[in-house]
Amino acid sequence: MIEVKNVTKKFGSTLSLDNVSLTFEKNDYIALMGPNGAGKTTLIRLILGYYHPNVGEVLIDGLSPIKDRLKVLEHISFVPQLPPPIKLSLEELISYVCASAHIEKETIFHFAKEMELDLIPNLSKSFFKLSGGMKQKMLIAISLAKKSEIIIYDEPTANLDPKARDNFYRLLKENENGKISLFVSHRLDEIKDIVNRQIYMDLGKVLSDEKI
Amino acid sequence: MKNLSLIAYLDLRESIRARWFLVYSFVFGGLIALFFIAGVTESQVMGFSGLSRLLLMYIQVTIVILPIFILITTVRSISGDRDNHILEYMLSFPISLKQYYWGKIIGRFATVFLPVFFAMILALVIGVLKGAKIPWDILFLYCGLLFSLSSAFLGIAFFISSVVKSSEVALGLSFFVWIFLLAFIDIALISLMMQNRLSEELIISISLLNPMEIFRVAAISLFDPELTVMGPVAFYILDNIPQVVFVLFAIFYPIILGLGFAWLGFSIFSKTDLV
Repeated sequence: MIEVKNVTKKFGSTLSLDNVSLTFEKNDYIALMGPNGAGKTTLIRLILGYYHPNVGEVLIDGLSPIKDRLKVLEHISFVPQLPPPIKLSLEELISYVCASAHIEKETIFHFAKEMELDLIPNLSKSFFKLSGGMKQKMLIAISLAKKSEIIIYDEPTANLDPKARDNFYRLLKENENGKISLFVSHRLDEIKDIVNRQIYMDLGKVLSDEKI
Repeated sequence: MKNLSLIAYLDLRESIRARWFLVYSFVFGGLIALFFIAGVTESQVMGFSGLSRLLLMYIQVTIVILPIFILITTVRSISGDRDNHILEYMLSFPISLKQYYWGKIIGRFATVFLPVFFAMILALVIGVLKGAKIPWDILFLYCGLLFSLSSAFLGIAFFISSVVKSSEVALGLSFFVWIFLLAFIDIALISLMMQNRLSEELIISISLLNPMEIFRVAAISLFDPELTVMGPVAFYILDNIPQVVFVLFAIFYPIILGLGFAWLGFSIFSKTDLV
């Protein structure tokens, strides 16, 4: 369970989150929506333990993502909106992921195959030299291989072609049972089939939170 | 421990593939080759000859370019990863901040130290092939000094990288630190000395806080203190402090300084917003 309790986050004089309280439970598949600057990324980064809230607290299964970082992150998968320009080769990236998250290399290969990403010929290539779609598929494969209880996707299909999107949604459906899935998106129509809750944010506040 | 070594290894691999590493290695290896081609080992100026002269010249060039090389290549290590969202992704895995930060430092230390070290080994090998006498005492001293200078500037670079959120600002700050330690402190202290505002002992003590000054003086500490090439400050220090004590200070102080800055950087890195 994710509990966001009266969280306020400021950057200098800019208020990014204003006294936000939310609770996410198992089998909540959430579309987190809102315009740029609404506070969506700040909320995600607080859940991941990157930011220290000015007021309030965030708890993941009763644990602080800052103080109990390792325990909390064992249960979270995250895919950013834009794949970062990681200079490691795919092989090195896989070894980092496997060592830190204690997952089997074969599981990543399995989900990469499901996403129609052929890893073998690309293993020695730098991650940042792959095409946008390949990078996104790789990050999705890693996130699914982690088999986390919480998955956070920030515009996960932005770089994917229609077929890859279909594969992604199919894999999510197959693997999301009993989890918390948080999707940041600007287009509800794209994810409406895989979410059951919609949260709309603007100017650091939650404007609406409804089941769909 | 396994994650620490993995991060160090991955950082090392990543650095070795980078273009800056090729330039960096080429500069130091090329310096040695250039000295041999220019016949530095055959010439004799102010009492220095053979490999001793070559190593002294190498170390005097190194003192200027090694710190800035370390600063500009390392200072973007954390801040650059933060800028381009690499840190956001890599730290979404359950890896401790301690392992990530110190693993990066170890990997980067190997990257910056090994080329300068191997350039000295290259000088040694070419010198042996040419039948030159090997000055072992100078060689060991310079290895120690390069190790400690690398530690000091690596620590400072990681501190800047952790404190500053933007890699552009971090780069600017690293240039300032370099020029400040290279010239500004000396100019300020000479100015104070000429005006007799502070005692000579205090001015020399302040100059000894500067790792570059220590490196400069320690590099010539094995030579005859009567040689004019040393300059008044080096002469004063070596005349007042026993040689062994000064050499030990010159090796351990920059290491401690580097570790102190690196630890301070980690403390800030782990207690503030990560991205």
